[in-house]
Amino acid sequence: MMADDPADGRSRRIRARNRALLLVLLGLVALFYALTIVRMGAH
Amino acid sequence: MSELPTTAVGPGLSANGAGAAVGDYVQILKPRVMSLVVFTGIVGLVLAPGHLHPFLAAVAILCIAIGAGASGAINMWYDRDIDRVMRRTASRPLPAGRMLPGEALGFGCVLAVGSVAVMGVAVNWVAAELLALTIAFYVFVYTMWLKRRTPQNIVIGGAAGALPPLIGWAAVTGDVGWGAIALFAIIFFWTPPHFWALSLYKADEYAAAGIPMLPVVAGARETKRQMLLYTLVLWPVTASPWLLGIASSLYGAGAGGLSLLFTLSAVRVWRDDTDRSARQMFAFSLAYLFLIFMLLLVDHAIGGGR
Repeated sequence: MMADDPADGRSRRIRARNRALLLVLLGLVALFYALTIVRMGAH
Repeated sequence: MSELPTTAVGPGLSANGAGAAVGDYVQILKPRVMSLVVFTGIVGLVLAPGHLHPFLAAVAILCIAIGAGASGAINMWYDRDIDRVMRRTASRPLPAGRMLPGEALGFGCVLAVGSVAVMGVAVNWVAAELLALTIAFYVFVYTMWLKRRTPQNIVIGGAAGALPPLIGWAAVTGDVGWGAIALFAIIFFWTPPHFWALSLYKADEYAAAGIPMLPVVAGARETKRQMLLYTLVLWPVTASPWLLGIASSLYGAGAGGLSLLFTLSAVRVWRDDTDRSARQMFAFSLAYLFLIFMLLLVDHAIGGGR
């Protein structure tokens, strides 16, 4: 069995962080969209 | 505050050269503390008179959670030197070298500013100001000023942990009522016996880290005496929601029963020279606060209060 390549581990960690950041940004977009709808609906 | 030994291989990179993992970012938010903060915030929001759109209520809770997480991240950045000394905290991302101090500080600051701004824009600015006060109190008053200087650190610093129900309440009403202050007082007076139970059996670690917790400075006997006194103070304090009319006598009876058990656990700690009863009291203190607030929720759901 071959040991994990450190470069693979490094890129896997960076990729996971980028995906998490993408999810956070998409969440923020959805949050502000929904906020706008709710706040406009109140007036 | 001493600096960590250098484990970095370059600016912005931790020992493995890839920066911190997603799990490390989650860990510095102190998710277990966050869960209790969120729960007490929800209770404040539910018990407050008035109505808030469910989506805005969810946003308010999200902001309270993220604000609490931000406080935790900045706390871990500041306390990284003493966290390395204590077994309980040595495996955290900063002392373990999995995250650079700047990463934690930057992450905490972005979340702190973001949570306050979103709370202000989405809900109201009174709730946002209270959230900002909570974060500032935890970071500047508790972490940076009191924690390493006085055995009263968690007594005064406990105010930061007691503010979330006020934020939840203010999210609905736009101000702070007596009911919110009663919820604040419950957590405020619960905090010392809770943390002193922990520090009784972790006194050697606190001493090694130079943190003047009460058992380290005044000894176990005095700590146990003060823990017992605080559990007695909690009797009228936990009854206050009933006395103020935001909960029914059913809640009052339940809170009285739980406070009796909490006082009895403090009596056991007083009589016991081993760590066993202190460990049990620490575990029970978490259940005690959770059950008091759960009682308030249930009582409200079945139409308690006036």
